[in-house]
Amino acid sequence: MFMRKPVFMRALAAGVFTLSVASIGLAADLPANPVALGSPITEAQLADWDLIVAPDGDNLPDGSGTAAQGQMIYHQKCAACHGTAGEGASGSPALVGGSVSTTPPLLTVGSYWPHASTLFDYVRRAMPPTAPKSLSNTEVYQLTAYVLHLHGVVAEDFVLDKNTLPAVQMPNRDGFIDVSAN
Amino acid sequence: MDTKNNPQHVAGNGLIHRRHLLGLGLAGIGSIAAGSALGADAGMLNIPSWSKIPGNGPSEYGTPSPFAGDVKRLAGGPSATAPGSGVSRTPLHLLRGTITPNSLHFERHHSGVPAIDPAQHRFVIHGLVRQALSFTYEDLLAYPMVSQIYFLECSGNSGANTVATAGDTNAAAIHGLLSCAEWTGVRLSTLLAEAGVTDAAAWITATGADAASMGRSIPLPKALDDVMIALYQNGEPIRPEQGYPMRLFVPGWEGNVSVKWLTQIKVADAPAHFRDETSKYTDLLPDGKSLQFTYPMGVKSVITSPSGQMKLLRQGIHEITGVAWSGHGAIRRVEISADGGRTWADAHIEAGQQHLALARFRLPWQWSGAPAILQSRATDSSNNVQPSREIWMAAYNPANRYHYNAIQSWSVSAQGDVTNVYA
Ligand code: HEC
Repeated sequence: MFMRKPVFMRALAAGVFTLSVASIGLAADLPANPVALGSPITEAQLADWDLIVAPDGDNLPDGSGTAAQGQMIYHQKCAACHGTAGEGASGSPALVGGSVSTTPPLLTVGSYWPHASTLFDYVRRAMPPTAPKSLSNTEVYQLTAYVLHLHGVVAEDFVLDKNTLPAVQMPNRDGFIDVSAN
Repeated sequence: MDTKNNPQHVAGNGLIHRRHLLGLGLAGIGSIAAGSALGADAGMLNIPSWSKIPGNGPSEYGTPSPFAGDVKRLAGGPSATAPGSGVSRTPLHLLRGTITPNSLHFERHHSGVPAIDPAQHRFVIHGLVRQALSFTYEDLLAYPMVSQIYFLECSGNSGANTVATAGDTNAAAIHGLLSCAEWTGVRLSTLLAEAGVTDAAAWITATGADAASMGRSIPLPKALDDVMIALYQNGEPIRPEQGYPMRLFVPGWEGNVSVKWLTQIKVADAPAHFRDETSKYTDLLPDGKSLQFTYPMGVKSVITSPSGQMKLLRQGIHEITGVAWSGHGAIRRVEISADGGRTWADAHIEAGQQHLALARFRLPWQWSGAPAILQSRATDSSNNVQPSREIWMAAYNPANRYHYNAIQSWSVSAQGDVTNVYA
């Protein structure tokens, strides 16, 4: 911090100088930001760190998995909380079944989520709650396939990978109205 | 009789013109105030013991008086299935200004408060930029900063009042996922300019460094407008439970988008559709469709005193006071009713209130001892008016718990007991 202070002061002074120069009509090609301290980094350096998976499949990793392969690991690492059939339990949500149109509605991955990418993204970054980010990419593909299969979205031997996942049709994919522009 | 002893009633059931706030002491209504249950001290007044011995010296970090020890957050117990998850709520009914002290700012964590060493923390901007950049905490401290007072409200705040039967709870339990602080930090637009956002960019997708790596997407126009990377909260480094060493702060929008422990902004052409903007924080409508990306918090107000589970101990003048706010601008007007919405009177709004910040309102009320229903109704600078509960409920599926901003009703019984009701 103490090393940086002089930089900050100099840069600010430069900024002020730019303004006063500009105001009397002289060109000065100083950067728009009076302070620019970000260190360049490459996307390759972020490959293991960036976990964001978009609905179009952007940033999905290599690897693949089927529901058949996911069943055992689901029972080992997920079923204690989410139930053997994904029906949920006290303190942990149901993952499959349900409907938006019952009273009350039951919102699950199967009945509610518009994109399969969100399931991959969330399980990889946040599950299981006691050890987030402990699953391998292959395990996440397998678990994603298994949960989707429990809701009948994909077949047991459907191979989920970075090419097939974005094409998975979620049951409630037309259920959302984007009001971000309002 | 002069006006002091004959205050101007402006609406039913004892509401008095706000001009009397300054001129009218509690003794102003002589005959009624005399009926106070709180009689004057009897006998001689003695010099207290603390005036006879030196007190404690200065300390490094201040703490509240032990006699004010009940001014605490309402914190839920630990979650057995999701460690560190949960909320604590600001004790709105025990606070009287507009700024929330840092120790009392509400919390919502999805996987606990990470113990971040700022020297090792990195904040990265990448994606649709000309040059991806990595910043240290020290880097950010060297940038020009802005300071603004903003409220922060969880989108699930007040959701308790969407259930079929009104719970017998207090203002903190219902509305305490609301706080207001002065936030200081670096404008996100400054850092995005440094990285150079490309023409294809339309959104930013942000994640935190907590164990849940909580993520949210924000449209680029907002990100370039008033969003900041907050480093200070009420003048001191932001608290760990608020995102130390840095959080995104998105003024006026549902609290969840102000991603704490900010570590990543990936500039993108579309939202990421994170779990917390699809499964959660989406608003279910009566027909089973859902609104997604409902960001600004609606215009809202709540009377914090008298409020749920309080008891009025005497008849006579009471100050009705509370807070009002809107994610669409500033508060222009707050009206109060003491008769369940039949008649309304304008409350006094304290000066100094700002855009997207809490406003404090006040109005004197002469309680006759008859039952009353107290309500407040806010209007913002965009002319949005706080809706009734009936109107709000009709707009959503009964299961929706997000973005509830309807009028709060507190009933006052003849015994002075104040209770949460639907009216
Ligand atoms: C210790 C109990 C526990 C275990 C084990 C666990 N989960 Fe969870 N899971 C939870 C809880 C609790 C939540 C809700 C978290 C929240 O709302 O913040 C959750 C949420 C989820 C969700 C989001 C549900 C929704 O509707 O938003 C998915 C998907 C999920 N878990 C999948 C898994 C998978 C796959 C595994 C196995 C790797 C797993 N979970 C293991 C407790 C658990």
